[in-house]
Amino acid sequence: MTAVVTSGFDRTLPKHVPLRQTWRDTVIMAKRSLIKMRRTPEQLIDVTLQPIIFTVMFTYIFGGAIAGDVQSYLPLFIPGILVQTVLTGAAAAGTNLRDDMDKGVFDRFKSLPIARIAPLSGALMGDLVRYLIAATITFVMAYIMGYHPGGGLFGVVATTLLVMACAWALSWIFALIGVSMKSSRGVQGISFLILFPLTFLSSAFVPTETMPGWLQAFVKVNPVTHIISAARNLCNEGTFGTDGWYALLGAAIVIAIFAPLAVRKYRTHT
Amino acid sequence: MTNEWAIEAHGLVKDFGEQRAVDHVDLQVAPGIVYGVLGPNGAGKTTTIRMLATLLGLDGGEAKIFGHDVVKDAHRVRQLIGVTGQYASVDETLTARENLDIFCRLQGLTGKAVAAKSDELLASFGLTDAANKPLQNFSGGMRRRLDLAASLISRPPLIFLDEPTTGLDPRTRSQMWDTIRELVAAGSTVLLTTQYLDEADQLADRIAVIDTGRVVAEGTSDDLKALVGTSALQLTLEETADAAAASDLVARITGTAPTLSPESRRINAPLNDTAVVTDVLVALRDAGIEVTEMSLQKPSLDEVFLTITGHSADYNAADPTNDTEFEEVSA
Repeated sequence: MTAVVTSGFDRTLPKHVPLRQTWRDTVIMAKRSLIKMRRTPEQLIDVTLQPIIFTVMFTYIFGGAIAGDVQSYLPLFIPGILVQTVLTGAAAAGTNLRDDMDKGVFDRFKSLPIARIAPLSGALMGDLVRYLIAATITFVMAYIMGYHPGGGLFGVVATTLLVMACAWALSWIFALIGVSMKSSRGVQGISFLILFPLTFLSSAFVPTETMPGWLQAFVKVNPVTHIISAARNLCNEGTFGTDGWYALLGAAIVIAIFAPLAVRKYRTHT
Repeated sequence: MTNEWAIEAHGLVKDFGEQRAVDHVDLQVAPGIVYGVLGPNGAGKTTTIRMLATLLGLDGGEAKIFGHDVVKDAHRVRQLIGVTGQYASVDETLTARENLDIFCRLQGLTGKAVAAKSDELLASFGLTDAANKPLQNFSGGMRRRLDLAASLISRPPLIFLDEPTTGLDPRTRSQMWDTIRELVAAGSTVLLTTQYLDEADQLADRIAVIDTGRVVAEGTSDDLKALVGTSALQLTLEETADAAAASDLVARITGTAPTLSPESRRINAPLNDTAVVTDVLVALRDAGIEVTEMSLQKPSLDEVFLTITGHSADYNAADPTNDTEFEEVSA
């Protein structure tokens, strides 16, 4: 504290955050999330225990009824439950963000000359690790139950990457809810109200043919259906088709709409 | 002229729903000084700081930090300020070093410079031994120190300190005062809020007294003391009926009009010369007015408020130990 501080009048100051710094700040914030994750492992329950329980439970409940036997159900079901599990992990983004924002450290982030988006994008980027854990555990459980993906290792890795990317995109919806609401309980309620129709009104568990027409119409436009179809193609055949492009397009649209909204809400949050 | 102030605010307004938290506050702070914002809880001190530090939008008025508008030029303002809030704005789940490392990186430091800066700050705030412990085990004073350390990474020319010593023990408090003096000696400008007149007196070159969102007095600490006298005499009377007579008597002897709280039978008189207390007591005895309680106090925020606003600050209701604790430290 002995060195002399440069006067506030004699400093050259950029008016905006350069794009490169935005990326840098995001990565720093993502690293912060990872440290926090390591310190509070209980935050990982939803992406560790849930894939184990849900994968096994639903496979044996629905397997015989829907596909005749468990083995034939696995190729249909595993990509579906994978997407559902990872998206459930994404839905926690809002709650985690809300809890984090209620702590004093966010005041400091706001007072620092950093990219406004970084505290949000960094936290969501750190969540990619959660999605990776959920996907890995789901595939391991599937393998134990006898699932041998036709797409091979390439299919599994590509599916994981696609699902992680889509979950990251959809997590911006939950981030917006997180920064908009006052209590984390409220955030959790709304997040699940959005999550359940998205994941259950899709082709995740059952073939859509038996559903009534109006429901089929929704299922068809539901981006989650496209993610699941793309995941099935990659896992079982190792191919990337129209559904994959639709899924990525949907992801891009969600980011384009919800990321700016979330950042704006975060900036004006008092 | 506008470019000469470290802080220049005109007509700041902030509403929270129906309630106006900050009501047309004007502030002009010259560079290189400690500026104290003095007021009770809920007076609008924190809200004012949050607006100046770009943490809160303005509902009216404008503010400039070294000539940069806090709304239009927020990113530039953030490069010039360090903010230490009333509640430590550091990460609870991280260690002290992890906290500082992250803030260093966010301030643009890379590679070895990060560890070097963190080491330097940990050492100068006496946190080296606790550097790798989680903050859950930190005392309030340690958290406050870490928080301040984190605000100084970029050597900001303007530092906001929101009640930097509230809740600290006397020793930590005086360390905090020393640190603040060092910051100013190095060339920074410090704006601090406080509930304690003595703290403002010890540290601040100029003081703004704020109450219910308005600046009610501004000046050097001598200016303020001239308003309240160097000490205050408090009398509690046996009989409510004696209040008017006693008040006249006190006014005649001390030369200034005392404040009366008839319902509590209390008289509060600013004094410049404590020797007149004897005269007051003798006169009261001669007039047959019975006194049940008598005390002589250094001027407190209460007296400033009574004198300037005509009503009690009532800040003691929140924490009755605050002021007494503080008197011991400064005595």
